[in-house]
Amino acid sequence: MGREVSESCIDSLLIEMVSTYCNRFYANKPELAARRIESIGYQVGHQLSERYTMERPRFSDHLEAIKFICKDFWSELFKKQIDNLKTNHRGTFVLQDNNFRWLTRMSIDQSPENGTSGEAPIIADEKAVESMHLYFPCGIIRGALSNLGIPCAVSADISNLPACSFVVRIKA
Amino acid sequence: MAPAAPRSGEAIFSSVDRVNAELFTLTYGAIVRQLLNDLEEVEEVNKQLDQMGYNIGIRLIDEFLAKSNVSRCVDFKETADMIAKVGFKMFLGVTASVTKWDADGSCCSIVLEENPLVDFVELPDTCQGLYYCNILSGVIRGALEMVAMKTEVTWIRDMLRGDDAYELQVKLLSQLPEEYPYKDDE
Repeated sequence: MGREVSESCIDSLLIEMVSTYCNRFYANKPELAARRIESIGYQVGHQLSERYTMERPRFSDHLEAIKFICKDFWSELFKKQIDNLKTNHRGTFVLQDNNFRWLTRMSIDQSPENGTSGEAPIIADEKAVESMHLYFPCGIIRGALSNLGIPCAVSADISNLPACSFVVRIKA
Repeated sequence: MAPAAPRSGEAIFSSVDRVNAELFTLTYGAIVRQLLNDLEEVEEVNKQLDQMGYNIGIRLIDEFLAKSNVSRCVDFKETADMIAKVGFKMFLGVTASVTKWDADGSCCSIVLEENPLVDFVELPDTCQGLYYCNILSGVIRGALEMVAMKTEVTWIRDMLRGDDAYELQVKLLSQLPEEYPYKDDE
């Protein structure tokens, strides 16, 4: 068992990272904030997948790599696997986590708005905040797959909370 | 109900939900790197990291008080001990020690024995002047402000800058009048 930190550490850091980019740096440019947050996730995913595949043979195809993300990779991050994997066999994969930890914990932690140094939260809409938070895990998945030689686009669907589906579209 | 006895940092750390420290360390590293790209000035990055820490600290203090059962500390000395022995342990899983008290007990150093923020980190020459772990000083400052202590927290030693330890100086500037630390909104 490797070293651990309290889950509050990562939760606090992610909440603050999103708030820094959305409310302080790019208050009126949510698309720029989203790009930065995704890019932070991308770096993290890239590095983690490098570490977790060091002692593995290369994956034979896309499906093998995606399965690695669903099982080993997800378990390292969330101590559980992706619950459901679907594919159209034409390069699109849907990875569903039935109880996505970063969203379930986030909504509890964020409820009483703790007036941070008097700044009004620009994104009042809770849905908007949630979708901002999802750019980070989307970036992680894209970074991890890109490190495995698979360029792709990743988006998230939270129409069935607390389930969260990540849609991976592999670029031909 | 009688107040519950204070709990040790180890006991709390072993009972809370924990995550892989690599994820935390790499996420922090990626944030610092992104800030360096976006802000360009190292001084500005130091400032933002401190601000982020402060915002985290003012929220984290609630969890600290709730989980540790720590009641009022009699003085700043006890407060500093609580941060080092309970605070660092329950959140980061590491121990820290308190040294270098000044004569009137209003300034001390907290020395970290381990620092999970810096695994895998090496600073390039272009980052001279960066206080990589500045988020930590912000967290302490923010948390203490919520319990009515205005402090100044500065890095004295930083291994990423070639020193032999991580040492934070915590100086008590003023103690605000006693106030119940929660908003009266329930």
